[in-house]
Amino acid sequence: MSTVVEPATAASPARTRAARDASGAARLGAGSGLGLGVAVLWLSLLVLIPLAAVVSRGFSGGWSGFWDNITDPSAVRALRLTVVSSLLVAAINAVMGTLLAWVLVRDTFPGKRLVDVIIDIPFALPTIVAGLVLLAVYGTDSPVGIHLLGTQRAIVLGLLFVTLPFSVRAVQPVLMALDREVEQAAACLGASPFTTFRRVVLPLLLPAIASGATLAFARAMGEYGSVLLISGGLSRTKVSSMYAYQKIENFDFPAAAATATVLLAVSLLVIVGLDQLQRAAARRG
Amino acid sequence: MDSRRSTQLIRRTIALLYVGVLVLVPLVVVTWKTVSPGPSAFWKAISSDQAVTAFRLTAEIALASVALNAVFGVGLGLLITRYRFPGRRLLSALADLPLSVSPIVVGLALVLVYGPVDGWFGSTLDSAGIKIIFSLPGMILATTFVSFPLVLREVVPVLAEEGIEQEQAARVLGASAWQRFLRITLPIIRPALLYGIVLSLARSIGEYGAVLVVSGNVSGADQTQTVPLLVGERVQQLEPGAFQLAFLLIVVTVLVIVLVFLRRRENESKHSEPPAVVLDDLALSAADPAPTALALDRAASNDAASNDVALDSVAPNKGGLR
Repeated sequence: MSTVVEPATAASPARTRAARDASGAARLGAGSGLGLGVAVLWLSLLVLIPLAAVVSRGFSGGWSGFWDNITDPSAVRALRLTVVSSLLVAAINAVMGTLLAWVLVRDTFPGKRLVDVIIDIPFALPTIVAGLVLLAVYGTDSPVGIHLLGTQRAIVLGLLFVTLPFSVRAVQPVLMALDREVEQAAACLGASPFTTFRRVVLPLLLPAIASGATLAFARAMGEYGSVLLISGGLSRTKVSSMYAYQKIENFDFPAAAATATVLLAVSLLVIVGLDQLQRAAARRG
Repeated sequence: MDSRRSTQLIRRTIALLYVGVLVLVPLVVVTWKTVSPGPSAFWKAISSDQAVTAFRLTAEIALASVALNAVFGVGLGLLITRYRFPGRRLLSALADLPLSVSPIVVGLALVLVYGPVDGWFGSTLDSAGIKIIFSLPGMILATTFVSFPLVLREVVPVLAEEGIEQEQAARVLGASAWQRFLRITLPIIRPALLYGIVLSLARSIGEYGAVLVVSGNVSGADQTQTVPLLVGERVQQLEPGAFQLAFLLIVVTVLVIVLVFLRRRENESKHSEPPAVVLDDLALSAADPAPTALALDRAASNDAASNDVALDSVAPNKGGLR
């Protein structure tokens, strides 16, 4: 688009052009430099220094102290439950999210818009409200007769609830932008609908599905409020964030920080992974 | 053809069942549990001193953190899209980090730095009489942390695609940085900014885990209990009134989602409209000595704008929840 503008902006003084590159971005001046300083200071005070403090406290007893804390049997049990349920949730989310996106893009039926809207509700609900909602349906006085309080299935259900839109919203726009002629060509060449989906559509959707599932995984790993109430406060349903909170309540900050460091490392890995996914998708065009 | 129709039906049924069981049934149950004790129970639940104080505290925290996030979101967005400096990519990656950090980790992180007992800065601040953790500033910090990127990530795509030529033109015409921001940048990003503010507001009102850790959850005279914390307490102490408060929060959430949905639809349909001539506004006030340059630049920016719109309609929906 800058090529369109070229003849007109050629009239602007060389002085301003020299400081800008092709996309119109400038080097920092005095005012913007100050702005950057303030922004970085704020980001540091709010985010970076506190997160550094977590890692630092996690390692306050040295590497062996950190290791002892994260290999504590109940820390391991919590982490195993968190990782296994998050992976399960990411997998179910990928499948159901793709199916839902497909139905929302390709199918037409009355009430479709309503479904499109309510998909976002679980994600946007305050987590404690999500937890209460699940407790009301699957708790001790369940009106539908399903009692999940204090079971690991309840944890998975809670995580599925709050991560519902992730894959749908990742896949939906890609599916909408997909050129249907390719599928028609495949059909003309004799491919069955399933073969067309598997060989033509799925490869194109895969980056979006993967990034949706990765986001769901990240959210599930750190989830607290929505699974707190339905967990029933039992040790077999204690996820890592609950474990960390319990340690904070007991003022055992090194143990809390060690588990928090593990969760933080997962978050960082996810961000790097997503960045790679996006770049891969961009390269493919 | 018949088998295709039946697979379509099966797909649709599975999808609807999944959403129905996961979302619709729970919402109906909660609404029923809110309504069935009757209107007086509802009124009692939301008008108790505890509840009123929680409403006020939640509003204060949400407004403060939304204001902070709007200012720093737009500021950082401008820096990232308009300037080149070392560490720019790192900065934009770091700004996204808060969205994927566990709320408990956020709370712990703030306690470890600002906590009065052995926080890095906490003991110094404490001896200066400044209390952050277990009081309002800490709760604002925690809320701001978790909703930090919401405004930023809404305004960045808009800033990256639009307004650069117009801003340059205005600069050449002698507009100050502040004038350029108010008359060009702000009108361009206004819809995205409002949308980011709405998302950030919803998140701020509902935050539980991070606020729980830094609040100390003290109810009473000097209370630090927001609405979500009060919901949690009422459920765990088996006190009545949790469903009524939760219902109010659900109503707020649904309102936000409907707003978001309407905006998405507007986005999808607006691409056919002619681009707005932002510079008209500027031309009226600036009384510029170079009318031809202005005309040229306006033509150019119109061109660029319509180009942007064309690109826009191809790009995937930018408004979503990613």
